[in-house]
Amino acid sequence: MQSSKQLKPPVTETYDSLLAPGQSLESVTTKISDIVLFPILKTPTGWLLGFIGAGLLLMLYLYSLATLFTVGIGIWGINIPVAWGFDIINFVWWIGIGHAGTLISAILLLFRQDWRTSINRAAEAMTIFAVACAGIYPLIHTGRPWLDYWFLPYPSTTGMWPQFRSPLEWDVFAISTYATVSVLFWFVGLVPDLATLRDRSTSRIAKALYGLFSLGWRGAAKHWQRYEVASLLLAGLSTPLVLSVHSIISFDFSVAQLPGWHVTVFPPYFVAGAVYCGFAMVIVLMIPIRRVFGLQGLITMKHFDVMSKVMLASGMIVTYGYFGEIFYSWYSSSIYEYYLIVNRFTGPYAWSYWALILFNVLIPQVLWSKKLRQNLPVLFFVSMAINVGMWFERWVIIVLSLHRDFLPSSWASYTPTFYDWSTYIGSFGLFFVLFLLFIRFIPMIAIFEVRDLVHKTTPHTAEHEESGHAGA
Amino acid sequence: MSKETLDNQSTSGRGYWRSLDDLAQSSEFQARLEREFPSEAAELRDPVTRRSFIKLMGASMALSTLAGCQFAIKQPQEVIVPYIRQPEEVIPGRPLYYATSMNVQGYGIGLLAESHEGRPTKVEGNPDHAASLGSSDAWIQASVLTMYDPDRSQQVLKAGVAATWADASTALAAAAASAGAGIRILSEPNASPTLAAAITALTTKYAGAKWIQYDPISNDNAIDGAAAALGAATNVVYAFNQAEVVVALDSDFTHSGPTAIRYSRDFSAKRRITSAKPTMSRLYAAEPTPSHTGTMADHRIAVRAADVAALTDAIAAGVGVSGITAPTLDAKASAWVTAAVSDLKANAGKSIVITGETQSAAQHALVLAINNALGNFGKTVTFTAPVAPATTGNAGLKALVDEMNAGAVSLLVISDANIIYNAPGDIDVKSALAKVATVIHHGIYADESSEGAAWHINGAHYLESWSDSRAFDGTAAIQQPLIAPLYDGKTLIEVVAALSGQTNSTGHDMVKAYWKSVLSTDGYAFDKEWQISLHDGLIKNTVAVATTASLTGAVTATATAASEGLEIVFRADSSLRDGSAANNGWLQEVPKPITKLVWDNTAQVSPATAKTLGVASGDVVSLTFQGRSVKAPVWIVPGQADNTVVVHLGFGRTKAGKVGDGVGFNAYTLRGSDNLWHGAGLEVTKTTETYKLATTQEHTSMEGRDEDIYPTKTLADFLHPVAHEGHKKHEVISLFPEYDYSKGYQWGMQIDLNACNGCNACVVACQAENNIPVVGKEQVFLGREMHWIRIDTYFSGDAESPSVYQIPVACMQCEHAPCEIVCPVAATVHDDEGLNVMVYNRCVGTKYCSNNCPYKVRRFNFFQYVDEETPSLKLQRNPDVTVRVRGVMEKCNYCVQRINEARIDADREDRQIADGQVVSACQQACPSQAIVFGNINDAASRVSQLKALESKFTMLDPLNTKPRTSYMIKLSNPNPEFSGKTE
Repeated sequence: MQSSKQLKPPVTETYDSLLAPGQSLESVTTKISDIVLFPILKTPTGWLLGFIGAGLLLMLYLYSLATLFTVGIGIWGINIPVAWGFDIINFVWWIGIGHAGTLISAILLLFRQDWRTSINRAAEAMTIFAVACAGIYPLIHTGRPWLDYWFLPYPSTTGMWPQFRSPLEWDVFAISTYATVSVLFWFVGLVPDLATLRDRSTSRIAKALYGLFSLGWRGAAKHWQRYEVASLLLAGLSTPLVLSVHSIISFDFSVAQLPGWHVTVFPPYFVAGAVYCGFAMVIVLMIPIRRVFGLQGLITMKHFDVMSKVMLASGMIVTYGYFGEIFYSWYSSSIYEYYLIVNRFTGPYAWSYWALILFNVLIPQVLWSKKLRQNLPVLFFVSMAINVGMWFERWVIIVLSLHRDFLPSSWASYTPTFYDWSTYIGSFGLFFVLFLLFIRFIPMIAIFEVRDLVHKTTPHTAEHEESGHAGA
Repeated sequence: MSKETLDNQSTSGRGYWRSLDDLAQSSEFQARLEREFPSEAAELRDPVTRRSFIKLMGASMALSTLAGCQFAIKQPQEVIVPYIRQPEEVIPGRPLYYATSMNVQGYGIGLLAESHEGRPTKVEGNPDHAASLGSSDAWIQASVLTMYDPDRSQQVLKAGVAATWADASTALAAAAASAGAGIRILSEPNASPTLAAAITALTTKYAGAKWIQYDPISNDNAIDGAAAALGAATNVVYAFNQAEVVVALDSDFTHSGPTAIRYSRDFSAKRRITSAKPTMSRLYAAEPTPSHTGTMADHRIAVRAADVAALTDAIAAGVGVSGITAPTLDAKASAWVTAAVSDLKANAGKSIVITGETQSAAQHALVLAINNALGNFGKTVTFTAPVAPATTGNAGLKALVDEMNAGAVSLLVISDANIIYNAPGDIDVKSALAKVATVIHHGIYADESSEGAAWHINGAHYLESWSDSRAFDGTAAIQQPLIAPLYDGKTLIEVVAALSGQTNSTGHDMVKAYWKSVLSTDGYAFDKEWQISLHDGLIKNTVAVATTASLTGAVTATATAASEGLEIVFRADSSLRDGSAANNGWLQEVPKPITKLVWDNTAQVSPATAKTLGVASGDVVSLTFQGRSVKAPVWIVPGQADNTVVVHLGFGRTKAGKVGDGVGFNAYTLRGSDNLWHGAGLEVTKTTETYKLATTQEHTSMEGRDEDIYPTKTLADFLHPVAHEGHKKHEVISLFPEYDYSKGYQWGMQIDLNACNGCNACVVACQAENNIPVVGKEQVFLGREMHWIRIDTYFSGDAESPSVYQIPVACMQCEHAPCEIVCPVAATVHDDEGLNVMVYNRCVGTKYCSNNCPYKVRRFNFFQYVDEETPSLKLQRNPDVTVRVRGVMEKCNYCVQRINEARIDADREDRQIADGQVVSACQQACPSQAIVFGNINDAASRVSQLKALESKFTMLDPLNTKPRTSYMIKLSNPNPEFSGKTE
């Protein structure tokens, strides 16, 4: 958005640095905390409109769920043989989106990548909300959701335990662990900033609430030292989870023997796919947010450039997976595997396979160009395409494998119903309501980490404060 | 649909094609239509309408004794009391079985009915009865549901207003007295001796009174043909178990008519291969549209119904029937005839030529002459005196209507014969009825024909009735009730007695009195014989004596000049038959053979004819025949004769009840009284409408997977395998240690594809046994049918004369069950006897098991399909099987409740379960005994011996699921001299 004309001060984009020139410790804190501490009655109209829209979608979601619980999952288009449809497609899609946050916070922290600082907070929040959206699907996709607690290993009078060989059971642990650690990591990272807000807020209620959640943070050296240890430990814990969650989700398919599901490459292929669409979602969210809140100085074109490169790399892994599938359908000499590919290429749902190739393989190739990587409208379009493409990937894996499996006599088709769509679109309501609340009441950029970055990147004068800030 | 398209679609193996819809690249399935039929399931959830039915809960307290029913509880009992005096033999929780019989198209089928504390829940064939030999069919299996149908007529109506039987019976007697010679009784055919005696008494009292038996799908042509050929009315019985060569000329003898169960059994006995008997019979079939029998044929030819006569003439000429000259046939037909004739001649005395009820009486006579020329008389074709009262068929109906129009009928009693609905379209029954002074309707439904009747007397279902029957071979059986009439219905015998003035006679007394007079015993001797007859389900020494018959009448060639244009062919529906049980959800939802359609009838055309007419499956056409027209959706059927439109009778009811009303179109209105089964001159006009049809199988090609799904061989190849044939199947191994299944009972099943004709008896029997709900057309359309066992149908070959392969598929009970490892809550687990058991209470409904099932035999309750509100339907259910709620997966479990029942008995008697003591519901019903179930750990069991045969295969063997259900590969026995391509 090189030449975008703002009503407020004109914006100049920064292409080669993670911070726009002229950022000081003071300006960073003010910029970020002002967004949050803005008086509640003077909330920007844009935010309010967004919140109302998201709230309406949330109502649609709740209505769909209520119908689902009272009438039965027959309101969806699923059948025998396509017994999983939008429910599991959207589950895997949302959980994939929830991958970028932890990757950015944990793995990039361990690799000491400075560029993560401006975006990690929002990405982590996005992760948590996406995992929440995802986690609901396995709970509601069951025929008798009121019995979902049977998934949990608890000592019951029946003496029954879950069946631990089932990948769905592994999901229970994978998702709950991932959600717990992600929330914890996110909250620990928030503590110093909540303390800043506590100190800067003028409202008594805000002071009390921020005070409560900042856990008595005073910025003492001991606090910083403990913070450093804790965040390092949590990063260490999260790192394997980033890889394990989607690996385990992929087991839902690869452990089954269905052609199109029974594929050994699924774990890495799913993780790469998750990173791919997770970053795409971060970009989709960041582009409007930085513009609305004028954060061009903190989230620069360099950030987008780096994220695009990550997308490109993970996209190439995913593309490799697509070619791999075609190869082993031939190499396996199995007529069932072979037919699967024929059906993807030419069957009744071939359009969705080619849509997947278009959105996930062809369109993202524009990211090879640095110029296009730093062109925000193009980047926004590409990221949206990747999100759509990754949705199609799950559709192709689930629907196209199920609708024509071993016995042609049971082949059938799958058509999503109104409730399939309303449950999907409605889940965006949940996501955006949570996300809008987050950007309104919690600093969406880690203040202390950006300050640390400012401190490290600006030429130092004599007043050298004590080192040992977090991050870096 | 060009030939090229077909070829392009085929992959490997034989030239299989995909479903015709795929071929057409059309999306008619998606088309929504204005006419939508409510499913039973949807209606059953409507509490308001259901409340109107009489509560029946009290009936669970009812009890039954051997001598009959001494109970009639119709009001809900609010208290639960134990038996003060324990009824003889009733042990709560243990079913009792009573022998009875059912009237099927006039002849009796002996049955055993299962009774749980006084509620009949299921019927099976009576093994001692010649017409069933222990088997049954879909029609019989579904009859239980009809008894509990809440839409049954529940009271006597006087001009539509509730009245009592006492009033009605008095009125009947008075009306009869005033009508005298003007009395006409119109009923369905019925060979009940007691009924015949009652009617004789009536006609003696009122000389001139007449009894007309009318069945729209009767076998009158066979009766007339036999009378013409043999000089006197003769009952013809075929011995298919003696026939090496069978030629079926438009005859569905394994499925159609009251002899089908027996003939199916006998025929399959000759088709079954064992190491002791490595031979099988050969079947030639010529027919306009694929029938159950025709699909089993080694050489099948599709010809127009009218052209079957020419083939018959050619065969007659070929085997040397005097006076018949061979007509000229096309190359294909003449090759078929030549092969058949040479085979018939080579097997003289060991062959059968048979034609169906749909062909003319003259042709039946000619076919008898052919059998005579082959020396089959007295060997494979035997004769007895008629066992049923002479019926007059369609001619009788026509004569009755003429009489009514002439004002000669002053009292007409219509019993079940639904002539307003099922009379041929050119007979104006309605206006004739208006000329009758008094019309009295009797039947278990207040149907179309009850409208305008002075009285409607609610009838008793056969499970509520005292009556008797005679089977096709003369075997007499008492029809004893299993339950007191739910709505105090009356039998036809009682109605006739009331007409005679005996208003207080009960069916029980009359049946007993009749047999007392026949058996001419008295006192203790009769009581003993009576009890034995009730117990055995048949009366000794009643089999008709075989007589000799010789050809006395002259037979003539039957071929008529070839007609141009389209031919219409009427067929009884495979499951609904004449439509009288149209309100039975089980029969509506069982997929029709070949098309796998449910809840609809269609105008069936061949692929080539569809192309000529420019129609696709689902297009609505207007059929006009002899000036009468109906609108019908098209369905394309491979293997049907070109220029032939087949419509099925039994649909389009308007007063059948909530389930059957408005399902399909009424093909009877097209029927002409001279063209009951087929006629030329049909006009087909395409409309712009399309219609949504629900089928349970959209795809009928095996996609080159025949080796894994349905291997076939010719008998010759099977017996003398070529050494280098194909590559040997490599052994499949598992990484995990095998479970030791060498101890205890290990259950297994073997299904003989050479015996199966796809008759659906197993499907409905399973539904009855396992409380499987009916889901309705909409749900079937969405792919949510619930049948635990299904008949998969595949085609191969060219679209004109394809081979049709049918295979029953239920849960395979895999030893390496893919469903089990993926269930997160252990709701589907393996037991140590090899059963893959389903724990409904534990099921959360993730549906993961179904996704991982390669056979897709699992069924899911997407909604609350089971009606938990209608009281009468609750009474029908099998108390030994869990009724599943919504959100639960279900599937076949080898009738584990039956296994456990046998186990309890065996344990109590401290013995092992012997072979044959556990019979699954599908096995029990199967008329051709294609299904064998038992303990595979017992080397002597029948199932073990069958599984040891070379010809065994398991479906999808390369997946190493190790299914417990295996199949006998389909063998064909083509004539080696026949060059025509038929396999």
